[in-house]
Parts: sequence; C-alpha cells; structure tokens
Amino acid sequence: MRVSVEEARCCGAGQCVLLVPEVFDQSVDDGIVVLLDATPPEELHGPVREAAAVCPGGAIDVEET
Amino acid sequence: MSQGDVQQTLSYPIPSEAALEPPEEWGRLRQECPVAKVRLPSGDEATLLTRYDDVKQVLADPRLTRRLTADDAARLTDSESGGVFNSEMSNVIPDRGEEHLRWRRLVGKWFTAKRMAALRPRMAAMAEQLLDEMVERGQPADLKAGLGFPLPVYVICDMLGVPADDRDRFSRWSDMMLTLTRYTGEEASAAQLEFFTYMSELVAAKRAAPGDDLLSELIKESEGEGEGLSDMQLIVTGVGLLVAGHETTANMIGKMVSMLLDDRTRWEELLADPSLVRTAVEEALRFDANAGFGLPRYLPEEVEVGDTVLPRGTTVICNMAAANRDDGAFDDADHMDLRRSPNPHLTFGSGAHSCLGQALARTELQVVLEVLLRRLPTLELAVPTGELRQVDGLVVGGLSEVPVRW
Ligand code: HEM
Ligand code: SF4
Repeated sequence: MRVSVEEARCCGAGQCVLLVPEVFDQSVDDGIVVLLDATPPEELHGPVREAAAVCPGGAIDVEET
Repeated sequence: MSQGDVQQTLSYPIPSEAALEPPEEWGRLRQECPVAKVRLPSGDEATLLTRYDDVKQVLADPRLTRRLTADDAARLTDSESGGVFNSEMSNVIPDRGEEHLRWRRLVGKWFTAKRMAALRPRMAAMAEQLLDEMVERGQPADLKAGLGFPLPVYVICDMLGVPADDRDRFSRWSDMMLTLTRYTGEEASAAQLEFFTYMSELVAAKRAAPGDDLLSELIKESEGEGEGLSDMQLIVTGVGLLVAGHETTANMIGKMVSMLLDDRTRWEELLADPSLVRTAVEEALRFDANAGFGLPRYLPEEVEVGDTVLPRGTTVICNMAAANRDDGAFDDADHMDLRRSPNPHLTFGSGAHSCLGQALARTELQVVLEVLLRRLPTLELAVPTGELRQVDGLVVGGLSEVPVRW
C-alpha cells in the first residue's frame, strides 16, 4: 500500500490522526496533515483505508500495491 | 413528486412526526426527486438536495458560499436576521478564499486531534462533576439540562481561557443569542451586547496577561507584522466558536443518548463492549434524523448536480441528514449499526468549510458516552420515545428535554 496526502485539500479536521496516529500527524503550525509513513505495515491498512474514506477534504489517497 | 406543470411546491423544513424518526418524504425525494423545488418559511423558493453524492458535491464546492446576502438569494425566514447564517457577526469571519484559509489555519491549530486528546482528561472531569450534581438532585432528571447543555460551554470556556466563575453567564448568553424564538429581539440584542463587551474585556485582559489558551495564542500571532487577526476578529472568533459549538453539541449529546436508549439493546451492546464508543458516536452522528435545517448554499454561477443544471442565483439547501440515510452510500442505511466502519457521514459538512470543531465535538461525545456507561450503566429513558419533544427553532435540531432514570 502506498499513501499520499494533498495538503491543499486538507481542512485540518484530524480524522486521520484520530484513526491512525502511526501514519498521520497534524502540523503544530496550522493543523494540516503530515504524512509519517507512506508505506504503512499490513496491520494498519484497514484503518488507513478508513481514514481515506472519511477524510472530509478528500486529501488522502491510497494506492493498493 | 410529480414532474407535471402544476407541480406542488413542497414546504421546507419538512416536519417529522416522531422526534427520532426521519420524515417519510426523504426516501421519496431521494428516489424520485433528488433535486426538488421547495418553499422556505420566508415564502422564497429554494432547491433541496437529499442524495449523498449531490449533497457532498455541493458542500465541498469551493465556489459556493453559505452567505445569502446576494439580492437574488433566498431568505430563510421573514425576520430581518435570518438566524445565525446571516448575522453581522458571522460575516466578520472570512467566508471564502485566501482569507478564510488563513483564519481557519490560525484557529484550526487549536483543534487538532492531538490537542483534543490532551483535553480529554479535563473534559472527563467536567462531565463527571456535572453528572455527580445531576445524580445528587435525584431522578428522573433531564440529561440535556444536567449534562448536554453545560458541558460544551465549559469546554469552550476552558479553551478560550474564560474563568470558571463566568461559565454560567456564558451559557446564558449563548442560549439567548441562539434561541431567537424564545426571547424577544430586544432581550437577544441586549445579551449580544453584554457578551461582546465581556469578550472585548477578555481580549484586553489576555493582551495584558497572556495565558495558555486559544485567545492568548491568537493574540501572540497577531503581533507579528499584521499577520494575525484584528481585535474585532478575535472577539468574533470567540463568540463564533461558542455559537457554532454550543447548541450543536448540546443537542447532539441529548439525541445520541436518546437514540442509544430508545432501543436499549444498543446501550447493552456498548456496556458489553465499550471499545465500540468511537464507532457508536459516528453512527449516532450519521443516524440523527433530527438535524435541523441543513446547510444553505448560494450559487454565484451555474452548477451541475446529478443530471440537473442549476442556474446561477439558485439557493440550494443541502439536507445532510437525508443524505446520511441514502442506501446508495450506506448499506442498510436505516439501521443503526454501532460497528459501522468506515462511516463517511456528512453531519459535519464536507471540504474546506467542514466543521472546524469536529475533533472537539467527537471527543466530547465520546467522553460523555464513556462517562455515562461507567457511572450510570442502568440509565434508561424516563418517558416513552413518543413523548420526546423536538425543540422549535429553525437552524439546529434537537430535543427539548431528555428525561432519564438510572
Ligand atoms: C455535534 C456538534 C457539531 C455539529 C453537528 C457541527 C456541524 C457543523 C457543520 C455542518 C458545519 C459546516 C458549515 C458549512 O459548511 O457551511 C460546521 C462549521 C463550523 N463549526 Fe461545527 N458542528 C458541531 C460542533 C462544533 C464545535 C464544538 C465547534 C467549536 C467549538 C464548531 C465550530 C465550527 C466552526 C468554527 C465552523 C465554521 C467553519 C468554516 O467556515 O470554516 N462546531 N459545523
Ligand atoms: S482527515 Fe483529511 S482533512 Fe482531516 S486532517 Fe486528515 S487529511 Fe486533513
């Protein structure tokens, strides 16, 4: 799995961080998403997919590899 | 709805017969007339959207504005003020484009998921204290008055750095400014003035002696080369957060608990497995049929929705609660499934304008539920569901009381 984020679409709602803090963080400067791990381990794939599905900005892209 | 020439225009909002059930009309609209003409309380016409994809698309469209100030925009009500959507106040917070983005990012950094996690223990302590007081007063009790209404104000006061002694005044101002129907215009204006005066003094006090709170932080940012917010914007931000975050969250607490107790197997499922709290909160947000007006959008240019082209100048009403029950987006949409995941409901809107306070609201709802499950596992509704009454008021939907026993 390959994860990418589009900062410009992020509205800082923090859903992704609540769901998978191992993969997403929010910048302390503006609350915008920071990707910590673009290739998360298997056991996090479920929550990462959930984060992409519920992100209100549509800012998270998941490519299944 | 018939597509004939003499099409009868539906009145909006659509009344629902039962406080926790969606009006039957929603299903029909989604099926047969997803882009429907409706008549608003003001007598003006608007276009109602009820399908998930349509509502999501329109809410997330950055060209559209929630401000209904254009000459040809529909008025929601007869009254001058049109409620919180049109008030002078909401106009000071930038609505679109770069300015909005800047405001949002400045304020938004106080609403990150991490900061909310850090607030959790204090929130839980406030909820416990309110619950203790409610239990002491005896049963049956109104959970809304005892917990749902005060908690969100306490939390916002805490964030803004408002001293604990002033919380109850805050609460009263907030109530008066919102429930325009219950108080006369004069009383509401007096409350607004008092509140503004208080906030101006608070901003001045924070300038003199900054603390570890949102206002102090914003002031600090404002001191760098005209970067931050003006005094007026600071005041309005404080007022705006209260207005946006109080009644919405207070009502949601009451509705969430009522939905979970209405079918008590839901409550028991949570007691058996409290790790379901997170998904249960999302499902309560999705399932809420009594969400109020929905969100208006004005179209400054032509927009295509589904197969329909909406002309420029149209006022659209997005009914998120109806969209959240769309079978095309959610399996078994009319079933409340506490384990539903993912749950991309539209209760907080979508896109650049979606609720700034959603991480806070989620955390509050989760904390309330955790504390209730732990402290009052025997909780039940003290009246039959049929006797729950909806609040009147145009914008935010809720229950006027949530009588409980334990
Ligand atoms: C369950 C409780 C809540 C619900 C259902 C809710 C719902 C919403 C919705 C639907 C919007 C989008 C408006 C639009 O697109 O035009 C919104 C915006 C907003 N909400 Fe909330 N909200 C809740 C709690 C809160 C809280 C606790 C706060 C803060 C203390 C808050 C602050 C805001 C702000 C500032 C905006 C405007 C954002 C912007 O224009 O960029 N809300 N809310
Ligand atoms: S969920 Fe989406 S919008 Fe929210 S912080 Fe994460 S990337 Fe940004």
